[in-house]
Amino acid sequence: MTEYLAVLIFIFAGVGIVLVTFLISRLLRPDHDYPEKSLNYECAEEPVGTSWVRFNNRFYIFALIFVVFDVEAVFLFPWAVAFGQLGLYALVEMVLFIAILMFGLFYAWKKGVLKWA
Amino acid sequence: MLEMVIITLLKIIAVLAVVLTGCAYSTYLERKVVAAMQHRIGPSYAGPYGLLQPLADAVKLMFKEDIIPDNVERWTYAMAPAISFIPALLTFAVVPFGMDMTIFGREIKMVLSDMNVGVLFVFAITSMGIYGIVLAGWSSGSKYSLLGSIRSSAQMISYEISYGLSIVGVLFIANTLSLSELIAQQETILDWFIFSQPVGFLLYVTCAVAETNRAPFDLPEAESELVAGYHTEYSSMRFSMFFIGEYANMLAVSAVGTVFFLGGWQGPFTEQVPILSFVWFFVKVFMFMFVYIWLRATFPRFRYDQLMNFGWKILLPLAVVNTVVTGFFVVL
Repeated sequence: MTEYLAVLIFIFAGVGIVLVTFLISRLLRPDHDYPEKSLNYECAEEPVGTSWVRFNNRFYIFALIFVVFDVEAVFLFPWAVAFGQLGLYALVEMVLFIAILMFGLFYAWKKGVLKWA
Repeated sequence: MLEMVIITLLKIIAVLAVVLTGCAYSTYLERKVVAAMQHRIGPSYAGPYGLLQPLADAVKLMFKEDIIPDNVERWTYAMAPAISFIPALLTFAVVPFGMDMTIFGREIKMVLSDMNVGVLFVFAITSMGIYGIVLAGWSSGSKYSLLGSIRSSAQMISYEISYGLSIVGVLFIANTLSLSELIAQQETILDWFIFSQPVGFLLYVTCAVAETNRAPFDLPEAESELVAGYHTEYSSMRFSMFFIGEYANMLAVSAVGTVFFLGGWQGPFTEQVPILSFVWFFVKVFMFMFVYIWLRATFPRFRYDQLMNFGWKILLPLAVVNTVVTGFFVVL
């Protein structure tokens, strides 16, 4: 339990550092704001249109594939640690599990999902 | 109990001091090394050999005006730097800096938190950093920031899988998730997991570079296309939070990689002179950092499609094959 408590205190220490540096810099820095300064940076031109632009929906598909494989990694970690006691049977089962996922990856690959055109 | 609390607090102060100084001087190291590789001198005015340059930079950034554009999402904009900085720091909570020592008659572990799921903690915390980048890019209200952060998140999640899988081979052999236990198993140089897991090591290094958005994988802040990527609209201390966070992340993956593959603080003569264990650890981390900087000075940046292809079509299958092959080797 103390191990996790130490991490918790460490988190607070990290937050403390951020707050203190922000505070010090707030006391020290100048503040001369004018309207042009608080425009978004767009190569010194006035910004055109909205900032929340559309982007390629391929990113979304990558996120989907990522979720699948991240879950796989979550299963793999405890399996790898307990591996010494589990032996061959568990290995074969895990290879099957990985093979199914890899089949999914190759399906996506052949479908052209992973291609950036 | 009180003793426990005091020791923990002292450890926290020590870790923070070491990590923040390390970050500051990593910037100095990078500038000096890149300069030497490009036949320049690098920082040389502040102090002897420019050694006070990081301090000068810090003071300068403190005194800079904090410009907040009008159309930002204020709260997320303000919090994003902290969200990307704190997880970078947190990794060091589980990294053992040296061997256990007896100080004033007390046995003290040179690690803040010796938890038995340290490896999981490291990977969980490392992937937290991405939130800071996504929130920063989205809340800045700038096209460059948004595109930079979207790219960055896609890149980080792509390489995170191989990053996680690269370590599974080591876990097979070591059968533990505790970092101090991992180090204990790499007592002599021949026990280092780099020799039993060479492919895993290469995968780890490659993915670590991509995870920390460093060259040649620094697409998110490709300055020729996206100005500065997700932190385009940040200035003053908020900008420096991202900056320190990036270097803290580099140090973190270097330190963790040292523990996984290079035996952590293990080295000759540590039994006689325990202090040497710190030296070995820092030397190994320094080597990792040097390789980082070397890569930056050597390689041109990837194109985005090359980057994604490399991650999904080469690294991921390689990591999976490495895992399965190691599994069979351990069983048979």
